[in-house]
Amino acid sequence: MSQNTEYDAIVVGGGHNGLVNGAYLAKAGLRTLILERRQLVGGAAITEELHPGFSFTTFSYALSLLRPDIVQDLDLVEHGFLPIHMPTTFAPTESGDYLILGSDLDENVQEIRRHSKHDADAYERYEYDMSRVVHLVRPLLEKAPPDLWGTTPEDAAALTDLVSRLRGVEPKVVHDLVRLLTGSTADFLDDYFESDILKGFIASSGIIGTKVGPMSPGSGLVLLYHSLGEQDGEYGVWGFHKGGNGGLTQVMARAARAYGAEIRLDSAVETVITREGRAVGVALADGTELRAPVVVSSLDPRRTFLELVDRRELPGDLVENITRFRFQGTSAKVNFALDGLPVFPALGDQTNPYGGFVNIGPSMEYLERAYDDAKYGWYSSRPYIDGAIQSVIDPDMAPPGKHVMSCFIQYAPYHLKNGDWDAERDKFGDTVQSTLESFFPGFGDLVLHREIVTPLDIERTVGLSEGNIFAGEFLAPQMYFFRPAPGWSQYRTPIEGYYQCGSGTHPGGCVTGAPGKLASQRILRDLRDRGRH
Amino acid sequence: MVKTTPFHERLASLNRSGLWGHWYGHLSAPKYDMSSKHEYFAIRNGVGVFDSSPLFKYWIRGRDAERFLAGVVTRDIRTCRPGQAHYTVWCDDRGYVLEDGVFFRHSESEFFLTSARPNLGYFGDLASGYDVAIEDVSDEYGVLAVQGPRSRAALAALAPEVSDLAYFDHTAAKIGSAAVRIARTGYTGDLGFEIFAPAEEALEVFDAVMDAGHGHGIRPFGEEALMMARVEAGLILIDVEFGSSRLAYTDQERFTPKELGLGWMLRGIDSDDRAFLGRDAIRREIADKTSRWAMTGLLLDWREHDRLHAEAGLITPKDPVPEPWESMLYDVDSGDQVGYATTLMYSPVLQRHIGMARVSPAYAAPDSTVHVEITIDHTYQRVPARTARMPLFRPERKTA
Repeated sequence: MSQNTEYDAIVVGGGHNGLVNGAYLAKAGLRTLILERRQLVGGAAITEELHPGFSFTTFSYALSLLRPDIVQDLDLVEHGFLPIHMPTTFAPTESGDYLILGSDLDENVQEIRRHSKHDADAYERYEYDMSRVVHLVRPLLEKAPPDLWGTTPEDAAALTDLVSRLRGVEPKVVHDLVRLLTGSTADFLDDYFESDILKGFIASSGIIGTKVGPMSPGSGLVLLYHSLGEQDGEYGVWGFHKGGNGGLTQVMARAARAYGAEIRLDSAVETVITREGRAVGVALADGTELRAPVVVSSLDPRRTFLELVDRRELPGDLVENITRFRFQGTSAKVNFALDGLPVFPALGDQTNPYGGFVNIGPSMEYLERAYDDAKYGWYSSRPYIDGAIQSVIDPDMAPPGKHVMSCFIQYAPYHLKNGDWDAERDKFGDTVQSTLESFFPGFGDLVLHREIVTPLDIERTVGLSEGNIFAGEFLAPQMYFFRPAPGWSQYRTPIEGYYQCGSGTHPGGCVTGAPGKLASQRILRDLRDRGRH
Repeated sequence: MVKTTPFHERLASLNRSGLWGHWYGHLSAPKYDMSSKHEYFAIRNGVGVFDSSPLFKYWIRGRDAERFLAGVVTRDIRTCRPGQAHYTVWCDDRGYVLEDGVFFRHSESEFFLTSARPNLGYFGDLASGYDVAIEDVSDEYGVLAVQGPRSRAALAALAPEVSDLAYFDHTAAKIGSAAVRIARTGYTGDLGFEIFAPAEEALEVFDAVMDAGHGHGIRPFGEEALMMARVEAGLILIDVEFGSSRLAYTDQERFTPKELGLGWMLRGIDSDDRAFLGRDAIRREIADKTSRWAMTGLLLDWREHDRLHAEAGLITPKDPVPEPWESMLYDVDSGDQVGYATTLMYSPVLQRHIGMARVSPAYAAPDSTVHVEITIDHTYQRVPARTARMPLFRPERKTA
């Protein structure tokens, strides 16, 4: 291991944003060190062999929002980047029927007609309308938000540029955007569809990772966010990275190293060292001090501002904003090693439909009722489940004939009323398993191994406060200009040389890599401006 | 009446798309599922099977087989030992390529040829005076390509011989009761094998392969996925990158091996004992540097490609199915035409728009920049592209 203690930049945290940030800084020629607390990089995007031969995506499990420009800039293909397009999504109904949506629009239309003839053409309109909004919003993922309170000509130009994006855009597209940003998924979808299964399936994207139900205002924003991704130019389409999302972060780590970044594992950062209001390095938990004029935190805003530095060094309003920044994680994972594929009676011998998401959210009402439990402080008795049997299209994830099934669960509120997660873990796992059993008879007999990941586990293992998978809720007052706090949305902090690059910054969570990239641009520009690089 | 291949009965039941195309008079599926992209991923990430049975197949046997073929085909077939296969072209006396095929040498005096086009007449007419017999056995064998990173693991359960079969080697093997020949060959640029099975036992072999592939993600793939893989692999295709010189109307439709990027086949061309059809013309081409073209891979500038689409208000299309359309290539400064892309596609594994192209030799050096003409919003636009050595996708497992 290197004994260096002096660097140009130190990145705290080896999750995907830390790796992306470190890779860009190293590519620009900075002697960069990435420090990871755990024994492996990836943060919440890791793949672990928790049962012999079975690769579990413990936390994050699918890919869509990763910015294509990052794939190119960092030459990720050279290091093994391989996203595998999901062939289908499978959504069972509560009556034993199902909805399968795949890559062929015509086939999808026929499938939807089985459930509602009305919705067949509505689906095309919905997809089109959504893609227009996505097309309008996506460029915002490529730039830091303008500083509304900034006074430089650069700030003024950025604001003008933002406003000018709206010029010439059809009023309907702008209106749809506002409806999504402020309204509920249910209201938006009710305008198009009548089919419960179709609405339930689409609305599931409006609740992921967030403590809202599909009928809550604000769920539209979550739906929009999850539609901003792509697979090979197809908007809103998801895939699995080869070897799970841990495969992706290994690729990112290789790229970062290839550009000269050093990655140190088992290196928890205790504090950021400051001198006269400037960051000058970090102190590790074991007492080691490492020096760099640039320190970048990829941790969430609470840890970045309230734990790594002394809050007395920060303006009071920022501390106040970060203190009330909402985390309230509400998602969990239950991952299974399976002896074979789950059986869905109406499918007969067909196993093709399991190549992508297996979406247990048969109606908006089902999702809303699942939310009701969480609203009052408990996990859902019939949870929403986003299953993914990745081994169907990535045979290296499990031994031949066996499978891994990643299950994202909602709702599982971090704060349980009159209970604690360590005591509830197994009962929660049973709740999930019995829900799966009710859709896939005999499911329990297939289970070889079960891993339960509660929001508390997410917080303990990954470090995400309150187990919030996005490093902070997707609520309008916590997005864009305001992520993570008004005036601090451009990756700087009040401490000179101390930056933020995690999902708590714009554009936010999911595996986008954008915070890491945009922060690196800020840092490199600042260094250039100060003539130090 | 269109023919079906020995595997048709099984493949028909697996063809969810209901689509069939025609490949030299046989039914051949463009895709088995609604989207060929997933079949492509079987080739690159699991294992896929492709029915190559419509290929023409010939036995070339006899004491003079080697000497005869050495005088006809462009690559030095004498260096092909029994148990090995050679991909080669054969040329006319002006050094233009007629066709291509793969020779599998079974013994000192036995070669098995697969070619895209019928060739019995051509080889037969040249064979007079040699102790050689050429037999068309096209209908007697089914050919099943088993391709992808898991192909070896899947097939090894049936035929352990594949475990240490080297790239372009072949071996006799038994699959169930069928005596088959398995070759480490294919048209995907990936780890892969081709199984030659007697037609009457083809279904038994097919079933065994599908069973063995269960758990490895096995699925059949059609011509669309094959075309995606072959462009990434930089493999030329008759009727796309070239046509038979014998059937061409103009010299613009004729190409020499060197012009097709097959200069590597010409090893030893200067030695006196290497006489084959077209040799003298090819020697002159090399000596006088008269090659008009070079083949190159193209990597389109993704940023500019995206920008032009965004400016037009469009989503950048990323279609992995290769376009059978000749896109013109231009010099960046002068705007003069310097060649044309024979195929353009979006490569999922490379995450780039790529192409195969024919350029003036001056533009063939890797990392040269040319402009590719494409249509965006019904207008011609020129996108910068970098030339790159083919294959653009070259996984270690292909030859390892």
